[in-house]
This record gives sequence, structure tokens and C-alpha cells, in this order.
Amino acid sequence: MEANFLGINVVKFWTYFILAGGIFAFMFLMGAVMSWSERKQSAVLQDRIGANRASIPLPFGKKLAMWGFINNLADAIKCLIKEDFKPGVYDKLMYNLAIFFAFVPAVLAVAVVPFAGVLKPAEFFNVSYLKWIPYLPEYFAKNLPNFSFRLQVADLNVGLLFIFAVGGVSVFGAILAGWSSNNKFSMMGALRSASQMISYEVSMGLSLVGIIFIFQTVNIWDLVQAQSELAWGWLPKWGIFVQPLAFFIFLAAAVAENKRVPFDLPEAESEIISGYFTEYSAFKMLLFMFAEFIEIVFVAIMIATFFFGGYTVPYLLADGFYFPGGSYVHLSHATVVILQVLSFQVKVFFFAWFLQQMRWSLPRFRYDQLMQLGWRILLPLAIVNLIITIIIVALGGL
Amino acid sequence: MEYVDRKKRGLTIQVYYREIFRGVWITTKHFFRNLWKWLTFRKGGVVILYPEETRPDMSPNNRGRHVLVQRSNGQPRCVACKMCATICPALCITIEAEESEDPNIQRRPRVFEIDVSHCIFCGFCVEACPVDAIRMLPQTNELVGYNRFRMIYDKEKLLTWHPTVSDDVVYGYNPKA
Ligand code: SF4
Ligand code: SF4
Repeated sequence: MEANFLGINVVKFWTYFILAGGIFAFMFLMGAVMSWSERKQSAVLQDRIGANRASIPLPFGKKLAMWGFINNLADAIKCLIKEDFKPGVYDKLMYNLAIFFAFVPAVLAVAVVPFAGVLKPAEFFNVSYLKWIPYLPEYFAKNLPNFSFRLQVADLNVGLLFIFAVGGVSVFGAILAGWSSNNKFSMMGALRSASQMISYEVSMGLSLVGIIFIFQTVNIWDLVQAQSELAWGWLPKWGIFVQPLAFFIFLAAAVAENKRVPFDLPEAESEIISGYFTEYSAFKMLLFMFAEFIEIVFVAIMIATFFFGGYTVPYLLADGFYFPGGSYVHLSHATVVILQVLSFQVKVFFFAWFLQQMRWSLPRFRYDQLMQLGWRILLPLAIVNLIITIIIVALGGL
Repeated sequence: MEYVDRKKRGLTIQVYYREIFRGVWITTKHFFRNLWKWLTFRKGGVVILYPEETRPDMSPNNRGRHVLVQRSNGQPRCVACKMCATICPALCITIEAEESEDPNIQRRPRVFEIDVSHCIFCGFCVEACPVDAIRMLPQTNELVGYNRFRMIYDKEKLLTWHPTVSDDVVYGYNPKA
């Protein structure tokens, strides 16, 4: 049954509406988790206890502190009721616009990333452990037996380029924020972030060109599909295995893009107060911080998608595990999809954790070291990597 | 010309990656060790949760809160010589002398106040005292007050304060050490 409203397929509309909403919610939830782990993870790795005081009083003298998670709530409330201090002379439009430039790209770019494989609702609800769900199984079985969709909001042909285009916009956030707030420290932070992000974007882009050459596509869905294939019958063709050098270049460049330690020169607290968002206060400052946390998640998603096979589980195909030895384990469609979603989450969580771990382990670079690393080490390495890849691909290997 | 004598760094250090992974490895070890402790309901940190916990291992030599030593009849041993008030670099000891009832003792303090909010805990007063009448206990926690007048400890307070830790620690004397 095809229900149409104003020429739009209603089922399709709701499917993608829920999908987009779900991914949006996922990003924000992960942002909250990141701002929690920023405190708590650092505390655990530094032998401290960390945030644990903010709590909600419960009956019988108990307190709900949730290992410091309530601190996030307290922060949000505090930032909402604080004075929104603005500089005396500033560019009002740009000052307010900058937040969105910082905030939107990271959330927007996730739209092209697949979270799991193809989902067939009629088949999905047809397993024993999902029988408790009311209405939906019968609805899909009766009306849409052949309906299927990819767990990806936008299947763009140029997904990878889209990510770079949108990611490139985020540099405007820093520049506009620093320039419009009419403050020397902000300006300094803006200049630093502009030159840093632009120089690292070069090596970041070049490191991924090798991947494009090998898999012959810039469509992220195809990229992930290609990574699920096996080389020599046992090794998944994950980006880390076919492009090990590119992974390290990408990792460094992505952290620098993210303006996180050890590349946090644009907001170096000990040098230029808070860099480009020095003049932002209350909720606007919170949004900048939140944008940073969401960007960590986004970088983790990129690493997982480009270098660790996205949602794919090694040896797992659409109907079960095919192990290299020839053994085969049958799994139902629902199990496969859930495993894929979980695999993606686990990878993203791991890399988000790893990026936080780096942030709390390393000191900051000096600015000249930063530029040297970007232009004199990472860029030549990326080019060498690219040349080797081209030769291998031209010789027909892989 | 090089003005700073910098050590030449080899390629492995300049590429940073090895050192970065070494650093991350160390913090990761700490992270998982502490995480495992938290997950098994132990404390995975070396710090103390202050209001709920206090340090049991305060050094016996710590210069903490002052006490006035009592005689067997409950009177302060202090003879109001004002040596401590004289040597005190923070000028926070106020003493007013009066004649003692005991014929063997000439003077005793009528007022003995230490403003602990000014005190720098140098311990000079303890060293200066000729009759060992003023001492400092190791404990410093809960040395607080809601206003600065509450931080002025009078004779009564200095004579009667009893910290709630074992005597070994309180009197700075540990026979095992
Ligand atoms: S410890 Fe030092 S500053 Fe404090 S009362 Fe004694 S002499 Fe004065
Ligand atoms: S030095 Fe000792 S005896 Fe003299 S006034 Fe101070 S506490 Fe009393």
C-alpha cells in the first residue's frame, strides 16, 4: 500500500523523519555523555574522584548523583539562568551567527553516515524476541511486506565530499566568533584556529584520497560495503588495514580539526583565556563547549566509518556469520541489524573514549611546532602515502 | 647561531607518535586500574572524599591547631610570660595577665586568644614557650568558622578542644615510629 500525501510517500516520510530524529538525538546524547566523560574519565585516569556532588534529593535521605551525570544538568540550569554578558561593542549579527556555524556542521555531516545496513521492517519484527511490540509487526507484514530502507538519513553520491564541505564550514564558527566579539584574545584565537584548521584540512583530505582510490567511490554507503569484503579470504578490508599510514595522518589531522588537546591552540586557556569564545557567556558558551563535544563524536564516527568498517561486523553478512574456515552461523534479520547498530556504537564509543584519553594525556604543542607538524610532516607523509597507493592500485593490487 | 643549547631530537621523537602512544598507554593503565576498582565497589582514587572521609594518616609532625596544656587542677600551664605573643610573626596572640591564686605561681593568663585566621602555623609560639604550655596538634581540618570573629579562639576553646582521633596521633607521639 502506497499512501501518498502531496506527492510524498507517507511511510517513507515517517521512516526518514524518525531516522533523522534518532540520529539527532544520538548526537546530542553522545554530546552529553562526552561532557560527562570529560570530567569523569579525566578524574579516573588521574586517580581522582571527579564530579560527584550535584545530586537530586530522593526520599529517605538518598541522593541521586548518577556518578556525576547530574552535574551536566546542573551546568545546563546554571548556564540558563546566568546573565548573558555581551561585549560593549560587537558585531551583533556575526556574534550570534557564529554559534550556529560552530554547532550545525558536526550534526549535519552525520546525515550521510550509515548507522547500520538495510532494514526490512516486515522481516525485522518477525522474530521471537520482538513479538511483544504491539501493532507494528502486523502492520508491516500486511501492508508493506517488501518495504526496506537503509539506516542512513541521506544516501548522497558524494557523501565523503559532503562531509568535507560541511566540516570546512565549521572554521567560520571560530573565525566569526573571534572577530565579532571585538577582543584581542578572541581575535588571536580566531586567527590561530583559522590557520590551524585550514592547514590540517589539507592533510586530512589527502589522507582520505588513498581510501577513495582503493575503494573507487566517494559514496559512504558503498565505502562501508566495500570495507566489509575480505582480503585473502580472512582479513576484512577495513581502512586501517589497507591504509595504515593514512589512519595515523587522519587521526592527527582530525584531532587538530577538532581543536582539542594537543592541538588546542585556538582556545589555549593558559595563553589566551578561552580563545575565540572568550566573550561568550552563559548558554552561548555552553553551546560552544557542546559543539566541541559533538565534534569529538563526529570525529569518532568518521574514524569508525572510514577506517574501521563503519557498522560492519567482520564476517557478518545479511543472513549470518560466514567464518573463513567455511563454518556458517545463521542469524535472523533483526539480530543482524541489531549487531550492526551495536558494532557501530561500540566503535564510536571506543574512539570517543580514545580521543578523550589523548586529550587528558598530552601537553599542548607550541604554535610553530603545530605548523611544522602539519606542513612538514603530515602533508609530505600524506603525499607519499598517496603515491604508494596510486602505484599499488595502478599495478592492479588490492 | 644557536643561543639555546637544545638537545637534537631524533626522528622517532619528532614524529611524536611513539611518545604519544607511550603517554596514552600510561594514562590508559591508570584509567583501567581505577575503573576496575570503582566497578568492584572500591575507591579508585588516591584523594579523599573530604566531608565524608578525613585523613587518618596526618603526619604526627604536622603543625595544626593550637592547644593550651592543662595543669592537674585544670588551670592552664601558661605563666603569661608573653614570649609566644612576642615572637609570633603574625601578631595573632593576645594575652592579658592576672595574678594567680596559687602562691607558687606568679601569673596566669586572664585572656589568651589566638586568631587562627591570621596565624601562619609557623610553630614559633610552641618553640618559644619556656614551660611547654602551648602545643600544636596535627589536626587542621574543620578549622573553619562562619565569620572571622569565630576564628578567634579564646582560652576556653584552646584548653578544652579534644580531637576525635587516637591519642597517638593527637599528641604527636607515636611510640612505634
Ligand atoms: S604558629 Fe606562628 S603565627 Fe601562629 S600563633 Fe604561633 S607564632 Fe603566631
Ligand atoms: S610562651 Fe608559653 S607560657 Fe609564655 S605566654 Fe605563651 S603560652 Fe604562656
